[in-house]
Amino acid sequence: MASQSTDTQGKVRPAAILGGNRIPFAKANGKYAEVSNKDMLTSALDGLIARFGLQGVRLGEVAGGAVLKHSKDFNLTRESVLGSALDPATPAFDVGQACATGLETVASIAQKIRLGQIDSGVAAGVDSASDAPIVVTEGLRRALLAASRAKKPADRVRALARIRPADLVPQAPGTAEPRTGLSMGEHQALTTAQWGISREAQDELAARSHRNLAAAWDRGFFDDLVTSYRGVYRDTTLRPDTSVDKLAKLSPVFGKSLSTPATMTAGNSTPLTDGAATVLLGSREWAAEQGIEVLAHLVDVEAAAVDFVSGRDGLLMAPAYAVPRLLERNGLSLQDFDFYEIHEAFAATVLCHLAAWEDESFCRERLGLDAPLGSIDPGKLNVTGSSLAAGHPFAATGGRIVAQTAKHLKETGAKRALISICAAGGQGLAAIVEAA
Amino acid sequence: MSDKYLDLVSAGPLKRVAGTLGLPRPVRLKRYSQGHDLPASPVLVLGESAVADGTAETLLDWGLEVRRHAVPGERLGGIVAVFDQVEKPADLGDVMLAVGGALRALEPSGRVITVFRDADASASPAQAAARRGVDGATRSLAHEMRAGATANGIVLAEGVAPVAPSVLGALRFLLSGRSAYVSGQFLHIGSEAGGLPADPSRPLEGRTAVVTGAARGIGAEIARVLHRDGARIIGVDVVPASESLAAVMNEVQGTAVQLDITAEDAAAKIAKAARGPVDILVNNAGITRDKLLANMKPEQWHQVLDVNVQAQLQLNAGLLEAGAFGPEPRIIGLASTSGIAGNRGQTNYAASKAGVIGLTRASAPELAGAGGTINAVAPGFIETEMTAKMPPVTREVARRLSSLQQGGLPVDVAEAIAFLAAPQAGGINGTVLRVCGQNMVGA
Repeated sequence: MASQSTDTQGKVRPAAILGGNRIPFAKANGKYAEVSNKDMLTSALDGLIARFGLQGVRLGEVAGGAVLKHSKDFNLTRESVLGSALDPATPAFDVGQACATGLETVASIAQKIRLGQIDSGVAAGVDSASDAPIVVTEGLRRALLAASRAKKPADRVRALARIRPADLVPQAPGTAEPRTGLSMGEHQALTTAQWGISREAQDELAARSHRNLAAAWDRGFFDDLVTSYRGVYRDTTLRPDTSVDKLAKLSPVFGKSLSTPATMTAGNSTPLTDGAATVLLGSREWAAEQGIEVLAHLVDVEAAAVDFVSGRDGLLMAPAYAVPRLLERNGLSLQDFDFYEIHEAFAATVLCHLAAWEDESFCRERLGLDAPLGSIDPGKLNVTGSSLAAGHPFAATGGRIVAQTAKHLKETGAKRALISICAAGGQGLAAIVEAA
Repeated sequence: MSDKYLDLVSAGPLKRVAGTLGLPRPVRLKRYSQGHDLPASPVLVLGESAVADGTAETLLDWGLEVRRHAVPGERLGGIVAVFDQVEKPADLGDVMLAVGGALRALEPSGRVITVFRDADASASPAQAAARRGVDGATRSLAHEMRAGATANGIVLAEGVAPVAPSVLGALRFLLSGRSAYVSGQFLHIGSEAGGLPADPSRPLEGRTAVVTGAARGIGAEIARVLHRDGARIIGVDVVPASESLAAVMNEVQGTAVQLDITAEDAAAKIAKAARGPVDILVNNAGITRDKLLANMKPEQWHQVLDVNVQAQLQLNAGLLEAGAFGPEPRIIGLASTSGIAGNRGQTNYAASKAGVIGLTRASAPELAGAGGTINAVAPGFIETEMTAKMPPVTREVARRLSSLQQGGLPVDVAEAIAFLAAPQAGGINGTVLRVCGQNMVGA
């Protein structure tokens, strides 16, 4: 052990992305309405195991997570590993960083591989907006806890007598930010208005997402990235026949109370979705031993957060900060990438990030740069489709994007891709993926 | 799909009722379970030749009890009748009548195996008449067998020694529960190629097998049986079937490959996914789009031919050209009794399955040149999801229309494929083995 730690001290080795597997994403309260996070995650893991012949293999570690999680699922990822065909001696841990959970699991596993702590691992994420936890009110919860603490029956009755009819209403989770009470869509609507993003540009981005995803499915791109689940074998929110004209007919749903025209519709916002995704990572040596081809390397990751509560920045603007910091650390410019994967929480989110990077005063005042990062070629953005078309089961999105990006790099022989994902709480994560 | 009639007449009062009324009385067939492939009761070896003596020696080596003459009152697990020296039709009688005399002693799921030389061009007319006579008698005897017993033949090409690996392999396969649903069939041993496995219970140890259509039914069972026999499995199926493909592959410690076998790059993708040489290719994937020809839509015709036969041609050629095969390749294609006899409503399916038989025969010389073999297996009525969808009356008739008076199971097809995939089947090339319980159709 001593000599080994000396050897690896100060040095890191590449973390290789070897492949991925997800179940098709399905619109919430649709095909997967009755299934649990654990069932979806186990199925996604089993598909990955079958694809790479990992039955009975002890992996270094599996990281996973879900944004909407039942309290009984405190050990969600470990329970899913136990239900899968992996060696039950494979450890697992749960991660939570809202919509960035999936990318953060990739980052965690990759760092451990880079440091030589593990040779292989799976990064995973799952979410069900259908099978969401419903909890009791604070009043009912406090009364029940007080009753359970009571020693005498009379005290118990007294504690329970405090329950009021309003306390009996079940509480479903919302997407409202706890500190502002605004939904994510309303938050984005504020940012959209601030950056003056047009309805047309949003609809164009949404149409392109559907077009790109449909084309990728049609050419078999997802044959080794997706395993069917419960009779579903394509993402159910995908609309291959949608168009800018069709999207233009939809009525706005967010930002209707603002003084500017509302531009965000159900068509250019991501639908609530159920699904699970996994990514297989390993050292180059482990991959060679297993006979598995390396698709790409995860080079670096940067997290950022913004003060959206005061209104200084938009809720979903953190990637606008994470990306320049990541670029600087790696000595790269925004234009040094062959592909960009910017998570489409809303079409406007992506457009706001791009606008911010092109904006001289934002780049100088907020990012502290001498000049704007500049623009990117829209033909290099989300080229195999993204969340507007595929849907966005929160914690599963990171895995979908990483596996898709790594495969696309390998397939095209391109060199480098940039990934960014925004998250609730004003957070964001960005990553660089490079050809192996 | 359970066979309720078989359940009813196998036990209880209805067993006698069926007997009295002369109704079909199918029995539950004795199938292979690991470590128990050969009959526990004595096997009677008939014939006076040196080959008969050698066969008796072989069976003794396998640990069987062997008799050269029937012992009155003793039950027999099998009868091996050796006809290698018949010169004229009159020579058949002695051995064949001795078989008849011993038949009543045969146990349920017992075996009769005839061994004889091929009536090929080198035979004199009298020799050919005698040899061909064994063929006819064996087929008829198969029709007469009761209680799950079968009759099959091993046909040796001129010059093939009776101790060649494939002769011994065929003998063991036909004696064992692996051939439970094979009756009235002949295994033609064309050469002395092949070798005996180190461990007869794991003949495919160290081999890599690609199975197309492995997600369900017969394909899934082929994957299980090849894995049981020691092979590493690469299972192939289309994306919509991938959830069950993953489940089957996780069960057999295999690798799932999702693709459309009709795609141009399918062979290349399979070769890559195998991560090493492919030893066995089982072209199992198949579809039906039944319609009377008068009502057939072009896409129904084309889809069936593309998947069932064109894809087999492409995969075989693709893997051969890419040098993806190991040193002793084995290709096994799924044909069908429909491809032999034809079937109403299945002009497209029968065209594709007869096509498989054609390509199998035509590819045999090339495979022999590559050190390997190509054969086809033609299932008859097999209890699968596909046949469960047949109209009940048609299904019931189809089941009873074989000498074994029942449908076969996917495992019966898989066992035949595993046999042809094994090292000891190296001398069997370009043939079609029916697994149909001697179905009356296309006999």
